[in-house]
Amino acid sequence: MNGDVACAEGAVSAGCRFFAGYPITPATEVAERMSERLPEVGGVYVQMEDEIASMNAVLGASWAGLKSMTATSGPGFSLMMENLGLGVMLETPCVLVNVQRAGPSTGLPTLVAQGDMMQARWGSHGSYEIIALVPSSPQDMFDLTITAFNLSERYRVPVLIMADEAVGHMSEKVVIPGIAPQDLIVRPRPKHRAGRYLPYEADGDLVPPMAIAGEGYRFHVTGLTHDERGYPTMTAEAQDRLVRRLTDKIRLNIDDILRYEEIATEDAEVVVCAYGITARIARLAVQQARGEGIRAGLLRLVVVWPFAENRIRELARQVRGFVVPEINYGQIVLEVERCAGGKARTLLVPHMGGGVHEPQTILEAIREAAQ
Amino acid sequence: MTTPAKVENTVDSLLRLDRMPHIWCPGCGIGPAVGCFIRAIESSGLDPDKIALVSGIGCTGRVAGYVKLDSFHTTHGRALPFATGLNLANPELNVVVFSGDGDLLAIGGNHLIHAARRNIDMTVICLNNFNYGMTGGQMGPTTPLDARSNTSPYGNVEPPFNVPYLVAAAGATYVARWTVIHARPLEWAIAEALTKPGFSFIEVLGPCPTLYGRMNKMGRGLDSLHQYREKSVVRDGADPRDVAIVNDGPIIVGKFVDIDRPTFADRCKLVVERAQKKGK
Repeated sequence: MNGDVACAEGAVSAGCRFFAGYPITPATEVAERMSERLPEVGGVYVQMEDEIASMNAVLGASWAGLKSMTATSGPGFSLMMENLGLGVMLETPCVLVNVQRAGPSTGLPTLVAQGDMMQARWGSHGSYEIIALVPSSPQDMFDLTITAFNLSERYRVPVLIMADEAVGHMSEKVVIPGIAPQDLIVRPRPKHRAGRYLPYEADGDLVPPMAIAGEGYRFHVTGLTHDERGYPTMTAEAQDRLVRRLTDKIRLNIDDILRYEEIATEDAEVVVCAYGITARIARLAVQQARGEGIRAGLLRLVVVWPFAENRIRELARQVRGFVVPEINYGQIVLEVERCAGGKARTLLVPHMGGGVHEPQTILEAIREAAQ
Repeated sequence: MTTPAKVENTVDSLLRLDRMPHIWCPGCGIGPAVGCFIRAIESSGLDPDKIALVSGIGCTGRVAGYVKLDSFHTTHGRALPFATGLNLANPELNVVVFSGDGDLLAIGGNHLIHAARRNIDMTVICLNNFNYGMTGGQMGPTTPLDARSNTSPYGNVEPPFNVPYLVAAAGATYVARWTVIHARPLEWAIAEALTKPGFSFIEVLGPCPTLYGRMNKMGRGLDSLHQYREKSVVRDGADPRDVAIVNDGPIIVGKFVDIDRPTFADRCKLVVERAQKKGK
């Protein structure tokens, strides 16, 4: 099956029972599959009037207790930014899939890019932290969609799956394992009596238990800056308290959230840092470099946000250089460079989109970094 | 001399009294409309625990914050799609959207026509005060032609929507309009809408004496209420095409549409049955 279909299957296996979306290439197959699969399991598929509405319907469904998601690509991702912010502010578990295509604007609707990586981090206004996963294969699309739901429920935050057109449309064998109930995380739930529950009172892990509509708590939530009661509180102190907690619940749990893969990094003098479809090509380039006697390794980012800062810092003390191939004109390379802190060179291998890198271009950068 | 019997204030039980005083100006129409809403919940006999209230942004957008229900203060214009998600994920919830004319008809206009078309089972209470209050009195899609506002200082050049006609044409199964002086009919209309399946829409005209009223020399809030009383004509069953609010014309109020057709959730159940039959 292709990556988009695998993503939909992963969602159903993760217990997703609500999908709201709007057709857009190259993410449409996710919606098509969900429209077929959700009614089979008693779920709801709704095709909204645009991506703004889709994101909101997903949030509403989550507050009614269903695991919910949407899928889109660049232009729709831009429209979803407004209410991605509401999802962060209300602390609403949900999953948003972006099968990236080339931009800006309408760009190349049917062709690959990785140009929305910084938008994923900073696209909605204000200070916040987000979780973003990047699949490299249809199997990843299945597996990471389950991971995305788990992280989303665990941390009460929208989780982004930053796929790309190549992975979304690529067909490969996908193994669908049996999912046991204990493999699935469910959002923290309140045990309070009605009247005692404060919607945003969090304990040590900074993630407050979440009531859902209709349980009798009669809670209030708002996109305004709020206190533990969920009431609007227009002060700098309340803003400080809230933004710190929303941010710290991700930052302080980074060890639980982070996922990356390493190949041949133990003795590496050059590490290629890549993600998504580009990581697969980078792997080939690393093998070729090893064949030439260059001690190259691969750090494949699976969770891109929050960023694997500590690992890059450690590697920066070991390697001569990092090579960062990505299908944009330099986004994640900025993070690698920041974490390398001048201790190792950082070479960008850009591709403007519409295709993927030739392994040769990455290999050349590895050679240069090794000098 | 006998003291009058104490009238029990049952409205308080559904208000978040710990959030008082509210932010609305003296003479504002939102408070009376909220009172009618709460009394309608009581008279409808619905369980308040099963009602979810959603608002957008603006003065009326603050309603969700003051009514003691599961309540969601969302983003500007987006109350309807958020409420759509709530309703479809749990059709047992009685979902109410209470928001303003700018929120529902300008930035949320697209969501409005599609929620009506889908016949999502919800009740929409649209408080129309003819301008954007929260941002300081700018014109919007309900501002009458030639009316003054802070962004139409020479008079509004845009014709306004005929709101009941718009939502009726889009597919709403219940459409009514009242003003805030019609306290009883408004309460009854809301109660009727709350208990009726499908997309119900009630336009409520209310004064904004601080901004729209002042800029158009309409006097205090009370003066606007006198105007409503003088100009209102009750015409149940009126063709929504004929109820546009025009300068110097009457204000047609009443119940304009009350029809039945399957809701989106009803049709979803059929789809689930078909899909599950296919698998066997």
